[in-house]
Amino acid sequence: MPDSTFLDSTELVLNMGPQHPSTHGVLRVILKLDGERILGTDCVIGYLHRGVEKIAENRTWAQFNPYVDRMDYVASVSNGLGYCLAVEKLLQVEAPPRAQAVRVILTELNRIASHLLWLGTHALDIGAITPVFYCMREREEALKIFEQYCGARLTTHAFRIGGLQYETYDGFEREVKAFCRMFPPKVDEYEELLTNNRIWGGRLKGVGVLTAEECKEYGVTGPLLRAAGVKWDLRKAQPYSGYEKYDFEIPTRENGDTYDRYIVRIVEMRQALRIIEQAVESIPSGPIMGKVPKVIKPPVGEAYVSIEAPKGELGYYVVSDGSTQPYRCRVRPPSFVNLQALDRMVRGGLIADIVAVIGTLDIVLGEVDR
Amino acid sequence: MADEQQPEGAGTPPPAKGEADKPPAPAAKPVPPKPAAPPPKPPAVMAAVPWESDLARAAKERFDDGIKAASTYAGQNFIVTAPDAAVPLLEYLKLEADFDYLVDITAVDWPKRPDRFDLVYIVYSFSRNERVRIKTAIPDGFKPATAVDVHLTANWLEREVFDMFGIEFAGHPDLRRILMPEDWQGYPLRKDYSILQQDERWVRENLGIESGQ
Repeated sequence: MPDSTFLDSTELVLNMGPQHPSTHGVLRVILKLDGERILGTDCVIGYLHRGVEKIAENRTWAQFNPYVDRMDYVASVSNGLGYCLAVEKLLQVEAPPRAQAVRVILTELNRIASHLLWLGTHALDIGAITPVFYCMREREEALKIFEQYCGARLTTHAFRIGGLQYETYDGFEREVKAFCRMFPPKVDEYEELLTNNRIWGGRLKGVGVLTAEECKEYGVTGPLLRAAGVKWDLRKAQPYSGYEKYDFEIPTRENGDTYDRYIVRIVEMRQALRIIEQAVESIPSGPIMGKVPKVIKPPVGEAYVSIEAPKGELGYYVVSDGSTQPYRCRVRPPSFVNLQALDRMVRGGLIADIVAVIGTLDIVLGEVDR
Repeated sequence: MADEQQPEGAGTPPPAKGEADKPPAPAAKPVPPKPAAPPPKPPAVMAAVPWESDLARAAKERFDDGIKAASTYAGQNFIVTAPDAAVPLLEYLKLEADFDYLVDITAVDWPKRPDRFDLVYIVYSFSRNERVRIKTAIPDGFKPATAVDVHLTANWLEREVFDMFGIEFAGHPDLRRILMPEDWQGYPLRKDYSILQQDERWVRENLGIESGQ
């Protein structure tokens, strides 16, 4: 007698990653499945753990600066800005206006570069091959500006504690303005390819929904929170580096699904461009370095400073014991915290959705694992 | 190497590796600074000032002895609580004062103190646009209550604190290492964890020789 187990379905545990093209690095997800339905997930992370917080305790304040670039390496300028602002808070100095304006320009260019990499790879995961080439093409233009400014494209180490090390190069403003003219039609191009594309909509709409309440429960910030309808951006809520001087909108949507997050990021790129345009028109003249001693020895104390990184709230909790080295430098990484919501977002969905959801989370494993 | 031990040097400014803070003064004889050296030690505390606000007063009223201090440093407010009052305070802030976003949980190791660890919670309120830190000092081996019941995001954040400092959270649903491998020995962000010790052990076990580090 043949038994009838043939038609019985059972739970299946499937391993995804860590070496999987759609996990954007080395993320391992253990999936519990019923057929193609996801019953639960468990993330295994730490493959890229380099212990940057321990490294910080063994370096001087200034020496640690380049290390932060290696966390979220597609938005290294943001990482550097957050760290410099945190140490400046401890030292109670502020970067001069010229340095602040250049910081804003580079940080927003980096936001665009980060979102472009996200858009290209996200679309690639979903099955749209073309956008990644377009996105990389435009990202290159932003990276060229970084390269000319400080010699590095990816891990830029663009800022120093107290301001900037390098004056802007000849033609900096011209090239940034050229980028601002070149870029908007390109965003239209991406939108033409994707926004009303039926396959794109079909794969993204209603997938990986995270409501505003859930976002707050999980501490999820950045475009994910804004796509759920919360109009919150640290650049507006607690402005830093002179962001209060610029006029820009915080895009929000209501549904909190993967498609809305796509729209939010597209609009964010346009808004970042608006900020750059305003900043580059009015770069003040003056010094680029604040009054920072050669040997950085912040007084005993602690501070938590956070910025709106492309992925969400990036915070540094720094503790000084009065010596030349950080006593403790805690990084609050947006990717790590956002990734925790993955389980909630994919539960009940299909395996194919998890690829879309990992893409829309816009995680960088270097930052998750630090 | 002698200067590799330096991460252990807690509280006091580590003098080693001081290529930066040692001016190129060629061994002069300024003996006078010697007697002045001991006095500057006591003021090595954070110059925080009391934080006067309705919120701090309300919390103090509610928790009484649970709140040890409410202070401000560099324009940032923090509340120091007794170890058992931290999570109730988180809950109170969430329900009564709309601090609905737990930003971060972390710890700081002060090995020379009897209460070795500072456990730090950072909360934020969207409606008030305000950020508060909650700090509590706990001894080694103390098991603070988990905050997962108050904020779901505490799950991974507490796992990381456990992974890095060895602080166990009582009642945590899934307290495992998160960034380090499961079989890792020791807790890396403790001050007595030298950056070389793991390496030396690995070399000894896997290569059968003494590490030359």
